[in-house]
Amino acid sequence: MCGIAGLIHRDGASSVGKEMTAMLQSLRHRGPDSTGFAVYGASTPDEYVMRLKLAEQEDMTTDHHIREKIRERQAEVDKRLSELGAETLEVEEPTPYAFRYRLRYAGDTKQLAADIEQIDGAEVLSFGSGLELIKDLGDATQVSKQYSLGAFRGTHAIGHTRMATESDVDIRSAHPYWAYPYNDIAVVHNGQLTNYWIMRREMERLGHRFMSNCDSELLAVYTANNLEQGATLEDSLKASIREIDGVFTYLVATDKELGMAKDTMAAKPMVLYESDDLVALASEEVAIRTILPREIDTSDPYDEEIRVWQR
Amino acid sequence: MAALTRSAPSEQERTSHEMGMHTEQLRGRSQQVFYDLDPNDAHTGFSLPNAYDVDFNKRAEIDASNMPPSAVNTRIRDLMQEGYGTIVIKNPGAKHSIAVGILNRLNLIIDGSLGYFGCGLIDGPNVRIAGRVGWSCAENMMGGTILIEKNAGSQFGAALRGGDLVCKGNVGSRTGIDMKGGTIIVGGDTGAFTGFMMQRGRMVICGNAGKNLGDSMYDGTIFIAGEPVSLGVDAVWAELSDLDRHWLERKLRMYDLLPKGGIAKFRKIAAGKQLWNYDNLEPTEKKLVL
Repeated sequence: MCGIAGLIHRDGASSVGKEMTAMLQSLRHRGPDSTGFAVYGASTPDEYVMRLKLAEQEDMTTDHHIREKIRERQAEVDKRLSELGAETLEVEEPTPYAFRYRLRYAGDTKQLAADIEQIDGAEVLSFGSGLELIKDLGDATQVSKQYSLGAFRGTHAIGHTRMATESDVDIRSAHPYWAYPYNDIAVVHNGQLTNYWIMRREMERLGHRFMSNCDSELLAVYTANNLEQGATLEDSLKASIREIDGVFTYLVATDKELGMAKDTMAAKPMVLYESDDLVALASEEVAIRTILPREIDTSDPYDEEIRVWQR
Repeated sequence: MAALTRSAPSEQERTSHEMGMHTEQLRGRSQQVFYDLDPNDAHTGFSLPNAYDVDFNKRAEIDASNMPPSAVNTRIRDLMQEGYGTIVIKNPGAKHSIAVGILNRLNLIIDGSLGYFGCGLIDGPNVRIAGRVGWSCAENMMGGTILIEKNAGSQFGAALRGGDLVCKGNVGSRTGIDMKGGTIIVGGDTGAFTGFMMQRGRMVICGNAGKNLGDSMYDGTIFIAGEPVSLGVDAVWAELSDLDRHWLERKLRMYDLLPKGGIAKFRKIAAGKQLWNYDNLEPTEKKLVL
């Protein structure tokens, strides 16, 4: 059992960081192991935000030399960015192991992400012009405070509270997953994918990389693969109902859209609120009530239902 | 699609009736009369714990806005113990597990929406919900009525044993899964696997149904006015009897859900009974008969 949530404002920017924090905190009972956010703010042409981690949270207590290693890794990141011609505008370090780089870059962003990930211990969590992907161990309030998400303004967001079932409790297994190497695309998932290994091998044969053994990562890679083939988000969501086995409900966010797909058995919950100004979805209605504290009309999407909303 | 006709009582049913037992649908508190072993005894049925004498004219309100579900449920019980027969819950806020385990007559008005497992395991109250309900509403309900004005989530009325469970809006998937009695009425559409492993009782769907309607149903009856995407394994179309028509019209009128054209569009689905040698005797009856 995990909790997922999504919201998209169709009337301009709002405090989506604060809103998603409240939604995910109310779903804490569905997954206390880790919490993740993908929030979408304003973008500037040729400017990107790269979120990366250079160690796992648990390394900070188990490896006596980790701080030194992180410094060495960060120096290597800076060196490679410079070699690739990326101009670093700002570096933030919300935790000793996670970093936020604001870059000006006109080259191939896929190549940049691949070069950074060759550094030992480095994982690019997200890359994009509007996307900020944050995930860490702990509940929504803790993670949001740690990464100063409360003040974030944007148009849409997705989030996840994780109950680890088939993989480790660490940041690499936490959601959201960035649809590497596609800028600004993130996925959160509630469920189990039963043809994970078959599909993973197929994706790996096509050249895609996996950073964890969490089945949910497949959905991000699968979405990236479909988009690479020229599919729209709607096409990709539709195809996933046919091609991915298991019980699942998942959300995908791009820089302009929010999408949802529910499997053929409709075994995982999703409650939907929809108005002209706002669309909000969550595993439980209590999460939606945290941002709309009044009586509202909601519904459950049916089996094999897919939806896409634009901001 | 084979049509079913009612056959003559089986040897087992005949034997059961001769022994003064019944094989028809059991409903909630009717069981206490049915199972009264010694009618001459002053004891008139099961003594249920937490069942109170209440006065419907005594009315109380609970503002649930800052209360956890357990506190709301405790407060309902306390008020019933004080004799309140009409309770209004304000600001339920889609919280889970509200109004569960109520075992006596009560007018309960929920002025908003419930989360998951609302009104589970109840036997007796009349509940009106102004909003929506989440997953597994009225699970294992044994008697009483629940009327929901808006939509409902999946597993609506799972393992229902008795009473009337009515949703005026649309309902999610697996409605009435493992249903063992009672009546479920859906004013709108219902999702996939509705009536899955249904064992007894009646279900009325005024709109359409998702795929595999009545999948692996052992017994019971489903009435549908719209179209199912598909019938499930061992669910078959059956003939609507006059008794069915009369019952349908009465029930739908009772809940203000009778369509303008009456019940003309309703069709009936029953179990083909090819999957499992199922009979509708209670386990205790079986022990006596077999």
